[in-house]
Amino acid sequence: MIVYIMCFLLFLVGLYGIVTRRNLIKIVISFTIMEFSVFLFLVLIGYIEGGEAPILTKNLPENVNFVDPLPQAMVLTAIVIGLATSAMLLAIAIRLYKKYGTFDIREIKNLKG
Amino acid sequence: MEGLTPIVKKVAQLMSGIIFVYGIYIVVHGHLTPGGAFAGGIILAGAFILLILAFGSEVIRLKKEETGSSITESLSILLTLILAIGGLFIGTKVFFNNYLPKGEVGELISAGLIPIYNILIGIEVAAAIITIFLALVIFKEEEEER
Amino acid sequence: MEVLLSVILGFMIIGAIYALHANDLLSAVIAQGIVGYGLVICFLHLKAPDLAIVQIVVETITLIIMVAVVLDSSRKEIKEKPGFKGTINIIAGLIFIGFLIYFFYMAINPLDTFGEHALRMSETYVEQGAQKTGAANLVTGVLWDFRGYDTLGEATILFTAALGILSVLRLKGKK
Repeated sequence: MIVYIMCFLLFLVGLYGIVTRRNLIKIVISFTIMEFSVFLFLVLIGYIEGGEAPILTKNLPENVNFVDPLPQAMVLTAIVIGLATSAMLLAIAIRLYKKYGTFDIREIKNLKG
Repeated sequence: MEGLTPIVKKVAQLMSGIIFVYGIYIVVHGHLTPGGAFAGGIILAGAFILLILAFGSEVIRLKKEETGSSITESLSILLTLILAIGGLFIGTKVFFNNYLPKGEVGELISAGLIPIYNILIGIEVAAAIITIFLALVIFKEEEEER
Repeated sequence: MEVLLSVILGFMIIGAIYALHANDLLSAVIAQGIVGYGLVICFLHLKAPDLAIVQIVVETITLIIMVAVVLDSSRKEIKEKPGFKGTINIIAGLIFIGFLIYFFYMAINPLDTFGEHALRMSETYVEQGAQKTGAANLVTGVLWDFRGYDTLGEATILFTAALGILSVLRLKGKK
């Protein structure tokens, strides 16, 4: 059970980064760290000790156990969605930098166009 | 963004050919080995990104490439939707049905409609990643020109 | 197996804490690569080769885009000390984290111990998946035949993200 607790610690590190950092790029980095912890947690649930990867090859022994393939299919979808979200956030960050000249969120809040 | 030295240009030409063939292999064998549409599509995009980074960029030539990749991604996802709607008329009449015959497990031509879906979505993912990268490069080049 | 995964997770946590406190933005981006590539090693030990391939290429593309964004300005401002007007903030933060830990504990209790997972929903997928879909790769068969709508929605999300980035990074009409 200690791996589950360490996944939760990684999630808390990401949450701390979003709340307390002032730089926009660090907020994006903390966002991706939070996502990684959730992916790892989902794949850890479906692991069976002594199981094989869920692919049928020619010479498998009889009575072989497979790892659960359903959480792996869900996490595969989620990884690509995480890429799309990060790319969108970085495009908005570039746009803000060209307009205000800084990545600091307190100064962006003060200057009103 | 200028290009790099001639050694890097020549090695990038050779490597991008190998990466392109490897990406096609991962996409086509998606139902037999680990891989599939999303992994192979991003590898295909990586071959093009390597060429753009090694040879530098002139904005006028890149705008035509961006139009081409935009049209490619729209066409492939339109073809996927047309194939999926075809499931409403053949076999058990539900949307997104697997209606081609499924051969033996382990052959290259098997599993019904899954290899065709893999190829189409692989092309779509590659074109989407190339469009995103080209939009960033063109934005930076136009900012520097002013 | 638990010991090995705990050691790799320990390195990932140390890398993540450094990425948030680095003075230079380029160092923070490279430290995020530690978390991403450590996740690849975890996936390989958990017998998921599909996910390892996808995570390697996605992490590389994310790092390329982040370095392209960061190379314009590589500095971090000096942060001021909050003094004691942040006391209420710290107390509220601790109460919130207490609630989070309590709910996490209630969520972990009904789970089986790590490594002994009872296949409740995937029995049909594992036993008859190769026959019903015809694919040797069970993850691809589940992804395209049993769970086809999720994959169709994901292709739509990538398409929409490409369109959104094209419309945000436009400079027309500013002459």
